[in-house]
Amino acid sequence: MMRTGTGPITGKILSISGPTVSTDLKGLRLYERVYVGYAMLTGEVVRLDHDRAVIQVYEETRGLASGEPVKGAGHPLSVRLGPGLLSGMFDGLQRPLRRLREEMGPFITGGREIYGLDYQKKWQFSPISKEQDVTSPGDNLGSVKEGAFSHYIIAGPDDRGRIAKIRQGDFSLDEALGEYDDGRMIVGCHEWPVRSPRPYRKKLPPSGPLVTGQRSIDFLFPIAKGGTAIFPGGFGTGKTILEQSIAKFADVDLVVYVGCGERGNEMAEMIEEFEDLRDPWTGRQLMERTILVVNTSNMPVAAREASIYTAVTMAEYYRDMGYHVLFLADSLSRWAEALREISSSLEEMPGEEGYPTYLASRLSGFLERAGVVETLGGRTGSLTMILSVSPPGGDFTEPVTQACLRTTGTFLMLDTALAHRRHYPAINWFQSYSLYATELAGYFREIVSPEWETQQQRCREVLQKEETLREVSEIVGAEGLQDSDRLLMLIADKIRTEFLSQNAYGEDAFSPPEKTFASISGIFAYYDRMLGKIAQGLSLDEALTQEGGA
Amino acid sequence: MRLSEHVYRTISSIAGPLLFLQKVFNAQIGEVVRVISPDGRMLDAEVLEIEGDTVLIEVFGETRGLDIGRTSVVFTDSVRKVPLSPDIVGRIFNGSFSPADGMPMFIPEKWSAITGAAMNPAARARPEEFIETGFSVIDGLNTLVKGQKLPVFSSSGLPSKELVSGVLRNARLSAGRGSFIVVFAALGLTFHEYSYYMRVLEEMKTGFVAFINSADEPVMERLLAPRFALTTAEYLAFEKGMDVLVIITDMTNYCDALREISTAREELPGRRGYPGYMYSDLASLYERAGRVKGLPGSVTMLPVVTMPEDDITHPIPDLTGYITEGQIVLSRELHRLNIFPPVDVLPSLSRLMQKGIGKDRTREDHRKISNNLYKYYARGRDLRRLEAIVGRDGMPQKDIKMLDFADCFEQEFVGQRGARRTIAETLDKGISLMRQFSLEIQ
Repeated sequence: MMRTGTGPITGKILSISGPTVSTDLKGLRLYERVYVGYAMLTGEVVRLDHDRAVIQVYEETRGLASGEPVKGAGHPLSVRLGPGLLSGMFDGLQRPLRRLREEMGPFITGGREIYGLDYQKKWQFSPISKEQDVTSPGDNLGSVKEGAFSHYIIAGPDDRGRIAKIRQGDFSLDEALGEYDDGRMIVGCHEWPVRSPRPYRKKLPPSGPLVTGQRSIDFLFPIAKGGTAIFPGGFGTGKTILEQSIAKFADVDLVVYVGCGERGNEMAEMIEEFEDLRDPWTGRQLMERTILVVNTSNMPVAAREASIYTAVTMAEYYRDMGYHVLFLADSLSRWAEALREISSSLEEMPGEEGYPTYLASRLSGFLERAGVVETLGGRTGSLTMILSVSPPGGDFTEPVTQACLRTTGTFLMLDTALAHRRHYPAINWFQSYSLYATELAGYFREIVSPEWETQQQRCREVLQKEETLREVSEIVGAEGLQDSDRLLMLIADKIRTEFLSQNAYGEDAFSPPEKTFASISGIFAYYDRMLGKIAQGLSLDEALTQEGGA
Repeated sequence: MRLSEHVYRTISSIAGPLLFLQKVFNAQIGEVVRVISPDGRMLDAEVLEIEGDTVLIEVFGETRGLDIGRTSVVFTDSVRKVPLSPDIVGRIFNGSFSPADGMPMFIPEKWSAITGAAMNPAARARPEEFIETGFSVIDGLNTLVKGQKLPVFSSSGLPSKELVSGVLRNARLSAGRGSFIVVFAALGLTFHEYSYYMRVLEEMKTGFVAFINSADEPVMERLLAPRFALTTAEYLAFEKGMDVLVIITDMTNYCDALREISTAREELPGRRGYPGYMYSDLASLYERAGRVKGLPGSVTMLPVVTMPEDDITHPIPDLTGYITEGQIVLSRELHRLNIFPPVDVLPSLSRLMQKGIGKDRTREDHRKISNNLYKYYARGRDLRRLEAIVGRDGMPQKDIKMLDFADCFEQEFVGQRGARRTIAETLDKGISLMRQFSLEIQ
């Protein structure tokens, strides 16, 4: 992108207020990336007036003085896309955290630009496109091996033309893989502005389940590949554990996990675990299929806002190669709060609870980046989003939860009361829902059992009846119930403790659909046997003893 | 950049702790300035906002007596830094880092930025080393590990200071690897409260550093004292290799100070008038706990939060709970039953417990015992509601047993008066309780 204005290349800082800085630099564009001060802090232009530009700075501004220089980068905030992102760990601006640690020690100080990709590393390139082929953005030019994955080298936004030469062999990312007939180089990576969704040929309806390995989700509230799901829950309801369990066990090719404004220790724990654990579907190290974007709660707020865009752009990039990618963010509320902080420092008119009025539209715009698509290269890829929400005080009427509800397909409500009973995952079975349930039932009928839906319906009924009976039994006492009702409560208790709750640390942490189905069928088979005995005239206690003895 | 101090007498307005100053050349955001009143009093202040050559300054301390015209403002060309040296151990300071123990200031070895820098998540070591606090309910059910931040959620009138001082007296590292050095920050405490803590600290054999901001001292210093404390803690931990336990009490006073200052700045109020950035601000404190890969030393944090109106959904405990790795919740009911420590087991949680217990850390059967105790106690608590409706006599024998277990668990496992229990004693106590009621340990 060329600068069209005629303004000076460097401007001065006029004012500073928290992370918001304004400058007299002319010719900047909205959302252009800028470098602020002698420390070269990264920022983004968020507002243009006739005599000044307002910049959101992504790093700590302490120590910045008025009069220091401001420079425009000439392009919007972008990420670099190419081989080497997998098993990487980045901050909200795609700086690689491991290399950052090697260069500046255990604490992150600002103003250092380190690229997300390693330009020294050699990759073995095998071309797909041939000489004389005419390519356009999104075409697969060739591929390299990235771990166990074929990483397709996709033509970048400016890569349009006739290929004059294309080579084969080992290349680093700054070497030419070939060239176009007008002399431009073909390289293995390109930049993409984070706030623009990557293009695709067309969007397809969500198809097929995303198996999470969590019984309560797969069985009662399934998530579709290409769909969106949120789970709001107060603190201590196990959001992070659930996100991480899904990241470990989901049947997708790749996982992009964003730790957005959450705890640093948790991330350290997760990294170690992911390096140890294996993907249950392929047996490979989990980290190999994972990209982590981490902006912990004490890292700069504005970068937290950018972090989900950075992450989703990388997720889309792999989707464009035809992979099924799962995007997990923990937690979306922290992103919304960052948006609120930025909005308030820009002195915008606040909406509900101080959030900017564009919260809902930003959110829906973001969530629409999920989906199953036919890529420009003609493959089918999907991007599924599962997001946690941290409603203040556990109150689901707050704006972020409500805004999400309008656009997401699966709603998993995490219940504080269940968590206090140590029922994990604490998914409330009355309040949660999945809009994909009917569409996906067909798949489960086919791949698991034709009985899938009937058992599902039965499970819901038992839980519903238990709720009614519980109220009665609180008044008359459990002994006052009929035997068939007491049996139902017993079965419901079994469903809750043996089926719906799942220990995230043990063997049971991952339950494939077959096992899930076998488990619920087992409970219902037992139920039917007991019902038969009661029908024969035995009392519940007699039936229980008989069953226990058998 | 300026190379020397600049003095201005161009104040254009004063409102509470805020001053507007005009015609300032290249001020820095966060720059430390000194405000000198007409009668020669010197006040500490900081640059808050810059708009062209107009600068907004926030004064720490009493602005009474300042005027427009004769008050001068000195710019120092540096952001706030904390003086550090190994000699800091054993000293007591006030909220503006002046010695409060009558001794002269030490000679600093280095100066560090007060806000610290965010720890690179890739450099963090996973907290997993068990800390024995001597309280069964913490060690057994909500285990504290090195590098964790575990707040105490108290309510007014509950013995949080007795609990914290108990931890201070008893906290030991598992492998007998020395003991802790304590960094103590008292925020807005009454004389009665902080003198209690000071007695405890002085009786301890291990070293301590204290930052005291008492209830009648400037509110602004309540925002600084915990940052002084944490910068000191990071220095002692990651440069001197010590295991540091940071006690901050009371975070509720901190948050109220934050609200007061935010209102004075005319910022948009969020829930209950607290600023919208309170989550990030609290995180900038709590997240400084941790361990670093390849370095000895650790920062473990035990902040005390007094829940206003006993309400755990109030923004202060709520946001704290979202950042910290669990919480120890005190219960008025148990306190009334004269149980000490009155920790309510059900809402309490230690998120890092799973990694800190088990073989080679505490004992192999730890997880099993704690899961079972929790399960039976939760059932007993559930049944209490039923008991209230149908009466004890209307309940089956096995339910009555669970009720009795719950009572006994509260009295004997949670309650332990002043006695210290080792982890082995805690676990054995749990086993014997379950055996006493012939409950299966699965």
